Amino acid sequence: MFNAKVYITLKKSIADPQGNAMKEALLAMKYDGVKDVRMGKLIEIKLENKNAAEAEKRVRDMCETLLANTVIEDYTYDILEVGP
Amino acid sequence: MKFGVVVFPGSNCDIDCYHALRDVLDQDTEYIWHMTKHLGFYDCIVLPGGFSYGSYLRGGAIARFSPVMDRVVEFAQSGKPVIGISNGFQVLTEAGLLPGAFLRNNSMKFVCENVYIRTENASTPFTKLCGEGQVLKIPIAHGDGNYYVDDRTLKDMEQNNQVVFRYCDAEGEATAESNPNGSLQNIAGICNREGNVVGMMPHPERCMEEILGNRDGTVIFKSVINYLKGGAVND
Repeated sequence: MFNAKVYITLKKSIADPQGNAMKEALLAMKYDGVKDVRMGKLIEIKLENKNAAEAEKRVRDMCETLLANTVIEDYTYDILEVGP
Repeated sequence: MKFGVVVFPGSNCDIDCYHALRDVLDQDTEYIWHMTKHLGFYDCIVLPGGFSYGSYLRGGAIARFSPVMDRVVEFAQSGKPVIGISNGFQVLTEAGLLPGAFLRNNSMKFVCENVYIRTENASTPFTKLCGEGQVLKIPIAHGDGNYYVDDRTLKDMEQNNQVVFRYCDAEGEATAESNPNGSLQNIAGICNREGNVVGMMPHPERCMEEILGNRDGTVIFKSVINYLKGGAVND
């Protein structure tokens, strides 16, 4: 059994209105020194696979087909084996 | 001549599209449930607006994998006319039938209002009765309508005349003030390279009757009816 954590972020070149709203709120709350806020998504997946290589291949496929839209988003992932 | 309006769970402009085509324009129209694996005979398919699958993950991201979408892709590839409106436009980009993607509106607001759009390409099946440069007043209603595409693809699209509508002011000037959501180059609607697949964020089905104060949307559906009656795209 594997636990995958997939992190999806907007590409650096793309403005993030939600991150910007949070940045403005934090500054309004006097959290001085906040220079930039970017918001992304964390997706946790439990999956049964024979081995780590196969699990990684499947997670990458999931990212490419559904989880991320690579026109606007980048993705990274961590995969952890959590027992049989 | 038969129209099909695809219904995803969470579509909420399907009834408006059906009403526009069947009741206002007197066309044979059917709903197509998204689980349909075998498409009947249709001349034109409409992907309506709404929040398919709650717009979870991204607008249109999950709907794009509905069984019916394989048939819609085949239908589009056969050259027949397909239009995606609002969330339907998002589904078409997610499915790869149209280039680009959508971001949150740069205003951070859900925008629901009438906007003006200028016709940039009057040769698609859905715009052939528009004049080149004709300004239409059509309502938008979206929170994620901020169209984005990379520079290289945009250049390619402009060379192929794939920008169909741009947000503009009442005089037809595509100004920054008339851009309601931050879309790149004021883009409000596009088509594929062949021109038979059109996506637009504004809702023509919401402005079809005098009682609603605006009939500018009729030109979109009348165009495709005219096209299906035998007018060629580039006549």
